[in-house]
Amino acid sequence: MIVLEKRPQPSQFWSLATPIAAVVATMIFGGLLFAVLGKNPVEAIRTIFWDPLLGEFAFYYRPQLLIKGAPLVLIAIGLSLGFKAGIWNIGAEGQYIIGALTGAGVGLAFYPMESWIIFPLMVLAGALGGWAWAMIPALLKVKFGTNEILVSLMLVYVAEQLLASMSLGLLKNPEGFGFPGSRNLQQYDSAHNAELIAGSGMHWGVVAAMITVIFAYVLLNRHMLGFHIRLTGDAPRAARFAGVNPARLILFCLGISGALAGLAGLFEVAGPAGQISIDFNTGYGFTAIIVAFLGRLHPIGILLAGLLMALTYIGGEIAQSQMGLPAAAIQVFQGMLLFFLLALDVLTNFRIRLKTREVA
Amino acid sequence: MDLSQINPVLLIASLMVAATPILLAAIGELVVERAGVLNLGVEGMMITGAICGFAVAVESGSPLFGFVAAAVGGAVLSLLFVLLTQVALANQVASGLALTLFGLGLSSLLGQGYVGLKPPPTPRLDIPVLSDLPVVGPILFSHDPVLYFGIVVVAATWALLKFTRAGLILRAVGENHDAAHALGYKVVRIRVLAILFGGACAGLGGAYISLIRVPQWTEGMTAGVGWIALALVVFASWKPWRVLLGAYLFGGLTVLQLNLQAAGVAIPVEYLAMSPYVITIVVLVILSADKSRAPAALGRVFHATR
Repeated sequence: MIVLEKRPQPSQFWSLATPIAAVVATMIFGGLLFAVLGKNPVEAIRTIFWDPLLGEFAFYYRPQLLIKGAPLVLIAIGLSLGFKAGIWNIGAEGQYIIGALTGAGVGLAFYPMESWIIFPLMVLAGALGGWAWAMIPALLKVKFGTNEILVSLMLVYVAEQLLASMSLGLLKNPEGFGFPGSRNLQQYDSAHNAELIAGSGMHWGVVAAMITVIFAYVLLNRHMLGFHIRLTGDAPRAARFAGVNPARLILFCLGISGALAGLAGLFEVAGPAGQISIDFNTGYGFTAIIVAFLGRLHPIGILLAGLLMALTYIGGEIAQSQMGLPAAAIQVFQGMLLFFLLALDVLTNFRIRLKTREVA
Repeated sequence: MDLSQINPVLLIASLMVAATPILLAAIGELVVERAGVLNLGVEGMMITGAICGFAVAVESGSPLFGFVAAAVGGAVLSLLFVLLTQVALANQVASGLALTLFGLGLSSLLGQGYVGLKPPPTPRLDIPVLSDLPVVGPILFSHDPVLYFGIVVVAATWALLKFTRAGLILRAVGENHDAAHALGYKVVRIRVLAILFGGACAGLGGAYISLIRVPQWTEGMTAGVGWIALALVVFASWKPWRVLLGAYLFGGLTVLQLNLQAAGVAIPVEYLAMSPYVITIVVLVILSADKSRAPAALGRVFHATR
């Protein structure tokens, strides 16, 4: 019979190999899914993973990789810090929405004034908005011991209603002929998160994501706080004895992930999305959870995982328009990835042994 | 604004309907958590149940088959959670999230051909004299069978946990899996059964939304009910009858909020619509002071070394 035997230390090899194995397994089972849907699986997988990078029209899709990858990486880095310490912020989608609302709100308040200071102020407001939204579950957890998973998630639904209210009310474009949605920030130079190099997809959000990756790497490997985060996740009791203040850690982890999600929201609404509208959010906050795990909660891993996930978004859209592959199929595909990752992770911590049943 | 439009009898009757999906999902999750497993995939199992039930009911023309299919669908999805947490010993929080993300995608994939269709109506109870009684009739005697089934499940769960040996074993596994294992109980087997029960209940709850409450199919139609059900289990301090009470409270809030929207209260619709979520948070805060009732082994991974 098959027995799991705990490894004394997690396997280095499998820790790196499981994400790759999970991607391969997802391709196989995703291919089967596409075949069931009546699509050619090989062609579908090629359309998703090959065409955006090296296909005929790749020059058009490559910049998209940065545009879609940046918010995912920004949010996932923040989430990974908490996940490492066993603090589960799963309401990043809400913090993303609120960051976009506060950031865009500041920008629109200045309309039509033109000044270089407006965009930095918006960035600040976006980060603060996301931070404040994440502080709600953080403070409730610290003060009352309330479960942060449920509170942060409930706040996503609250944020979605706020978004609807804002795009129909306060932030609605007064010159929009009654249509819901704010002014288009792309047409407001001081507030526009434009591409830094035209046609490259490189906007301020991409820069912020790269800085965040470096910052998180240094924090986790070279800083006491990072050590405390890792310690709390691996051995909470030992962390308490070592003098780690759990309340401070909760406030920091939730706060930073909220601020980063808020930033991602602001960069998205001021750039690629352009305006606050009822459904401008596309679920990056939830997909980022998959990115964080796929990247093994490691900054570099998250960077790669974010790019891969962005690829499935872009490839999914191509497959949708060219092959009629339903959009939901890509969502299933992404969900599958997380499944295989979690399932195969058993190999990192356990050895699989064949054993004959011992007689007592 | 005209509050007199709100009829209290109809309000209570529709409150019970609004509460049933939360009730079914929460009672299933209660059993799962009493066995020491935290399954955060309730939302995913509910929405999968909602579409499985809807599709089968539409294709077969029978709501009964629909509900059976919903329970099966929810249980099958929870089987993935079993594989992750009981076989591969993965983190339960992450696995539950995976289940929800996967379930949301799967349901919208399955539901593509079903948008805008009407499901076959579920017959309501119609007892000649009793159902026609004023006040008592609409509240107690003229609902659909599934609503009564939900209450029966609560009663059965309560009796099982309190009075039977099986319930005692289930609680033992949830309080201290190592001790239960040492006594020779099959910890994993018991947990698997509990998770499958939870999945079936969540599936039923989802189908109740798509077949009776709404009744039609739209993507993401469970809209956080699964998460509210999770909060409800905490609210109920893991006690079956309190789940019923809590579900009716939340159901009441939802219905009241909808009635206020219809009556044209001077509060914007969006703020009324966010009220159930805000109140869930408030309730969680009030009740989270006392954690002593939580099963001791909740969320911990069991790995038998001997």
